[in-house]
Formats: sequence, C-alpha cells, structure tokens
Amino acid sequence: MEPRELVVISGKGGTGKTSVVAAFAALAGGAVLADCDVDAADLHLVLRPELGEPHDFSSRSCAVIEPDPCTGCGRCAEVCRFDAVSRSPDDEYSIDTIACEGCALCMRVCPADAIRMESVVNGVWMVSTTRFGPLVHARLGVAEDNSGKLVTHVRKEARATALREGLPLILADGAPGIGCPVIASLTGAHFVLAVTEPTVSGRHDLERVLQVVRGFRLPFAVLVNKADLNPELTEAVTADVLAQGALFARTVDYDPAVTAAQVAGVDVVTYGGRAAAAIEEAWNETARALAVTEEGDVSHA
Amino acid sequence: MLRIAVASGKGGTGKTTLAVNLAALLADQGHGVRLLDADVEEPDCHLFLHPHDESSAPVDVLIPVVDDARCTACRVCADVCAFNAITVIGSSVLVFPELCHSCGACPLLCPESALHEESRTTGQVRRGTVDRPGASFELVTGVLTVGEAKPVPVTKAVRAAGEREGADVVLVDAPPGTSCPVIESVRGADLVVLVTEPTPFGLNDLRLAVEMVRALGLRAVVAINRAGVGDDRTLRYCEEEGLEVVLELPDDRRIAEAYSRGELLVDALPELRQLFESMWRRIVNAVTAQEVRP
Repeated sequence: MEPRELVVISGKGGTGKTSVVAAFAALAGGAVLADCDVDAADLHLVLRPELGEPHDFSSRSCAVIEPDPCTGCGRCAEVCRFDAVSRSPDDEYSIDTIACEGCALCMRVCPADAIRMESVVNGVWMVSTTRFGPLVHARLGVAEDNSGKLVTHVRKEARATALREGLPLILADGAPGIGCPVIASLTGAHFVLAVTEPTVSGRHDLERVLQVVRGFRLPFAVLVNKADLNPELTEAVTADVLAQGALFARTVDYDPAVTAAQVAGVDVVTYGGRAAAAIEEAWNETARALAVTEEGDVSHA
Repeated sequence: MLRIAVASGKGGTGKTTLAVNLAALLADQGHGVRLLDADVEEPDCHLFLHPHDESSAPVDVLIPVVDDARCTACRVCADVCAFNAITVIGSSVLVFPELCHSCGACPLLCPESALHEESRTTGQVRRGTVDRPGASFELVTGVLTVGEAKPVPVTKAVRAAGEREGADVVLVDAPPGTSCPVIESVRGADLVVLVTEPTPFGLNDLRLAVEMVRALGLRAVVAINRAGVGDDRTLRYCEEEGLEVVLELPDDRRIAEAYSRGELLVDALPELRQLFESMWRRIVNAVTAQEVRP
C-alpha cells in the first residue's frame, strides 16, 4: 500500500512545529517519522531514538588546484563567478571550499589540467528506532548548501522504510522558510499542516509559505499555536486561512508544559497538559483529513 | 564601520526582536545605524519598524538562453552543467531556470556560441527610512520571490546594498540555520550575536551555530531569550565554551504580547531599554577586546 505523507511546516521558525510532530508521532499509532529540517534537526531530542547506522551523504563536488602543474595563469579566477578562487601573495592559486559551488568551470578551462573535482561529504543520514516508529533523520554539514537534496533523500528513505515495514503513514517535520528545503519537503506530499502563532511575523510568514503550498495544489490545514497570546490576531489568521482554502484551522493555547516536556526529553502527549489535549484534537482532525485526501486521490490508482 | 550580525541555529528564538530593538536604540542614542534584513525567505523587520519612502530594486540572476539558429544540439551544454539545469531532447535544448546556478559554464563552453545569458528576477531589495524620535535610520530588506528556491543571490544583493559608507554600525538580521544563506549573511562580521532560548532545541541548534561561526573564523557572543524557561544547560554550555552572554531577556508574557502586536520592546516596555543598552556595551567591548589582541 502506498504510504500517505503529512508534512508539518511553519514559515516562521519557533512556532512549535517539532513539538507538534513529536506529539502526532505519539498519537499516530505507528508511522515513519522524517526530520526534514536537516539544517537544525531537533526531533531526535524528544523521540530519543536508538541511533541507526550513519551513512555519508554527498551531493556536491569541490574544485582542487594541484600546485605542481598550475602555471599561475589565473584563468580559473577569471571565470569563477563565486569568488571561490584566491591568489596568495606569491601567486599560488587555491579554492575556498565554502564558496565553491562545484560547477567545474575552472577545471574545464584550465589550460594546464591542474584542477580536479573532488566529491564532498556534506551530510550524514540514518534510520533510527523510536518507540513510535522508525525515524529517518539527517544532519547537513555546517556551512553547506541546503539545496534540498538531503531533504529529498530523507523523504525517499522514509518512503522506502514505510513500504518495507508496512506502515501507512509518514510524518515529516519540514524546514522553516520558503526556499529549497521547504520546496523539497512538499514535492509529492499528500497533506500539509502549517503551524503558526498569532504574531505579526507569524502571520506574515504563514502567508508566504501558504502561497508556496497553494502553488503545489496540496490540501492544507493550519494550527495556531499559543493562540491566547493575541486572541484578536488568532481570529484574524483563522479567518484568513479558511478563506484561502484551509480544510480546517485549530488553536492550541500557550502551555508551559510544552517546554517542560522538551526539557524532560519527551513528547507533549506523553508529558500531558492542556496543550496535549488540544493537539490530540488537532491530530484527530488531521487523521480524518488524510483519510479524505486518500479517498479523493484517484489519480494515483 | 562596525558590522554586527544577528544569527541563530534555531528559528523563532528572537533574532528579529533583538535586531529591530537594537537598531532603534542605537538610532535613539545618535549612532548612524543601518539595519539589513537578510532573512530573505521570511523578512519580518519591516513589520516592527514601518519604513517609509521605500524604493525597490530587482535582484537578477543570469540564465542561459538558446539561439536555435546556431544550436546544433551537440549536448556540450548539458554535459558541462553540474546542476542538471540544461538538457537536450532530440534537437531542442531545454533550460530549467530554477536549477541553474548562473555559473556561466554553458555559454562559455558552447562550441557554436549558441547560448547567451539573460536576466531573471528572483527577488527584491527594498530600502526605506525608519523614523525614531529625533533621528532616523535606513532599513534594507531582501525579499525572495515566493516560489523561488535560491535565497543566496538576494542575500548577496542585500549585503551589497547595505554595506556602503554612511553608517557607523551595520546590523544584519540573518536567516536561521547554519547553511549557505546564513554564511552569506554573517561573512565579514566583526561579531556574531547568536540568539537562543534555554531549551534543549535551542541549545542543540546553538551548538551548531557556534560550530558554523568558528568554521568561518568569526567570533560569537550569545543572547538568551525567554531566560527562565527550560533549564540551565545553555548557560553552562556558554561558560564551558567561553562564550560571553551579552543579553538575558526574561520570559515575560508582556514581551510576548508586545511582540505579537508588532511593537518594539524599547517603546512598549521602556524598562527593558537598559538590558539592550548593556548588551550594546558588551558587544562593543567584545569587538574592541578582539582588536587589541595580538
């Protein structure tokens, strides 16, 4: 059976996306968990998995200049558009490995064949075991290009794991923002839950990320976290998103138990409290919406 | 000119809060400050500062365009593209602009000179004036067009627009995380202020951010938001790593409510001004200490 994939995103960071995913993991009764926030992965901190075997991930290469054949002609520096080639005072050329994007143009134009491309390990990924199901997670190397390729890889492994273990659902913790990693989290997913907060910035960022979601024509719903912080804005955001086609909008009031659960290293459902009850209601509605998207999804038949 | 970048591993820890309040405070104190909002995927500083007289300039990247009359479908362009942004099907060349890194390889290496480059707009740089009682300052905002995947060209454009002369202090509000757009935002800073909250998520992501700053050979100090929630592991970590804590903004519902309405804390809760003033003194001391070191 084709597993269904729910992606939780937020636009703005720090709205409680990861806490919601961990809570959903506890409620789902068997799902594959995918941490797509590879730039700052945190899901493992509350799911406390038994770590799986780490695998290197490489999605780019970097130029290397061999000093011997190099004649110092400077052609590489001329063609590089990323300011990645520098010349030392004694005319030795070298590559800034952080600035290099791996286009290999310098290698191709070097008249002395002094440049070669080396593949760069720019991340690590693993399939770990949690009490709620397998967790596919990864870590992008510091200062690497979050091109979305590692996110795509995490999702591919999550799908393979779901098929292998016969699990019907993938719960993905998406990345903040609207760029590559978010686009890579959404491509081919079935349902999106956007977690926001009733602040001027939360509203602004939600609007932008929902434009991306609508561009993909994905069904979506919204969870307004810390709703009691600004009830007027919560109401306005709720009305906005329903008008934009959200299947539902639910609210969760601020509850110190959410942070307390994180400090205790557990999900908020296991920890308990008011927010846990509200998140459980949101989960029930999400599960119903996922079932509906499945029925309506005849194109995959 | 002093360049201070405000960054964080984890999103939503208060980078923007810190940046907008510090900018306002410095303007009030008579400093020539300029604030760059480099969180181009989700730029929010303007929501708190309400700039006026905004001008907008497009951010363009170059993408290859095929001249069909010259193209022989030899496939060299597709072979040299490291990003799978150009492909040849039968006798036609297809370009995928969103995958293109604008490296310039295909037009340069096409044996028929059948490719040239044209501009494609992926974002905007806006410049506006923010008024404070008795002074004003410039806010430069980068905005990535919704649907575009690559923030870095917009980040670079914001930096280029903001780093000309005419300011004593340039503050940069960076995006969250530790990847390329963050690097572009903090590169060249005299000091990076890493904003975190004292929670396990905050600490985990702070460690990553510290690793990034050190990989770039830059120096960092830490600002703790929502101090009092969570636990003391973040403070202990800062002590162990020799990271100075320049601000502890208390966990206070009034702060969260003022923020939710888009108000500046230095105006809505004036008693907090001294916290930002003392943070600024510590930042200046940290930069000065660095300069006199052998």
